[in-house]
Amino acid sequence: MSKIKGLICRECGKEYPAEPLHVCEFCFGPLEVNYNYDWIKGQISREKIEKGPKSLWRYIDLLPVVGEATVGLYAGLTPLIRAHNLGKELGLDELYIKNDTVNHPTLSFKDRVVSVALTRAKELGFDTVACASTGNLANSVAAHAAEARLKCFVFIPGDLEAGKILGSLIYQPTVVAVNGNYDDVNRLCSEIAAEYKWAFVNINIRPYYAEGSKTLAYETAEQLGWMAPDHVVVPAASGSLLTKIWKGFNELEKLGLIDKVRTKVSGAQAEGCSPIATAFKNKTDHVKPVKPNTIAKSIAIGNPADGYYALKAVKESGGAFDTVTDPEVVEGMKLLAKTEGIFAETAGGVTVSVLKKLVEQGIIKKKDRTVAYITGNGLKTQEAVINAVGSPVRIEPKLSAFEKILKK
Amino acid sequence: MASVKIRLTFPEDKIKEPIIYNIGHEFKVVTNIRRADVREKKGWVDLEVTGESSEIEKAVESLKTKGVKVDPIEKNVIE
Ligand SMILES: Cc1ncc(COP(=O)(O)O)c(C=O)c1O
Ligand SMILES: [Zn+2]
Repeated sequence: MSKIKGLICRECGKEYPAEPLHVCEFCFGPLEVNYNYDWIKGQISREKIEKGPKSLWRYIDLLPVVGEATVGLYAGLTPLIRAHNLGKELGLDELYIKNDTVNHPTLSFKDRVVSVALTRAKELGFDTVACASTGNLANSVAAHAAEARLKCFVFIPGDLEAGKILGSLIYQPTVVAVNGNYDDVNRLCSEIAAEYKWAFVNINIRPYYAEGSKTLAYETAEQLGWMAPDHVVVPAASGSLLTKIWKGFNELEKLGLIDKVRTKVSGAQAEGCSPIATAFKNKTDHVKPVKPNTIAKSIAIGNPADGYYALKAVKESGGAFDTVTDPEVVEGMKLLAKTEGIFAETAGGVTVSVLKKLVEQGIIKKKDRTVAYITGNGLKTQEAVINAVGSPVRIEPKLSAFEKILKK
Repeated sequence: MASVKIRLTFPEDKIKEPIIYNIGHEFKVVTNIRRADVREKKGWVDLEVTGESSEIEKAVESLKTKGVKVDPIEKNVIE
């Protein structure tokens, strides 16, 4: 007996062995890890978790690896901050920020998924890892591959800004800039993944990779004293993170680690790329692809792989989906920084501003114990706020000059 | 012989055209629908296309010229 039975098709339920597979051969639906929950129930307990490593690996019983953790041993277990100031500003009695801006080592929640993906990739015998990314994912894969001494290829669209590429190049992977439009790069990467025996974390390793996001739910519940919050707000790009946070809370309930989950899950998108939110508003389950146009580039995915499932999770839980404009994204970033001293990237601005909207609309109530997931660090997207933060007051090196500006 | 798995998304005005049937006639490719959701105003089809690589490429180009959105089965893979 072991914790993983294999993989299972999310659409038709056909089962597969726990190999580097991601698409059902029959219906082309996406595959997901199939756990042996009865067995896990006999292994896991709050006490065992609490005594575990101070990282996401304390939840290894619920992660899709068969051996011990070998890559990313310090990822996760980020602070859950009681956000008194922001809560007051928005009119919430009990607001928390799950602060993944300080995840180790590359300052975004992607360190969670990549730790799990690369540990699994090593188990499966791969010596080369790869990803297609414009930012956070590439940084994390490159850093973890360096640590794990794996060969690494990072594929990026040819017109990406130099600053974005630096955060990957420093770890010395092979960075491949592909000439062509976004769709061309997408298709090429899928073809390369099919052709080469590499661990493409977000393609053929995706079923394992995606599970890493569940740890955001586990940690939240543990940090709240083993309970699920009333409402959570999650930024959505591919929709995987949101789907897995919902799954994570439900698994804890299934295993008897927390009481009944009454958490409402709400999704946040930028207006310039909001295919899932649009489907929610139009009351359809058909997520129509869009061409992204927003400063929130880390969550600008026009044809989201898990859009349908994210929509389903939000509806099942009784949450909502909402969007904010680019100026509101910047306002959200500034508000979080000013009230809580946290500098989040644009995705965090989206989350905070959508949170504000949901409170204003009465969808999140004053008394709701609420958690906002802040998933990436602001130092990575400085260009988004460079013209919105003002500039220093300039003075001559004289006390009188300083006192003059103090009086202003 | 090669084979690709793709997701086609149809714009409203193309729903009624026999587009998949047509590419099977215009190019030397075999099409096989695995999953689909086509309604009055919108639709998608998950399709396997088998043939010589060059024929597949031409078939995909033709779909795009007809206004159909063609993505890999994984949809967006750039995260
Ligand atoms: C900072 C940040 N937050 C949120 C997301 C959204 O994750 P998902 O694609 O799983 O919806 C991403 C990446 O895609 C990200 O980089
Ligand atoms: Zn299937």
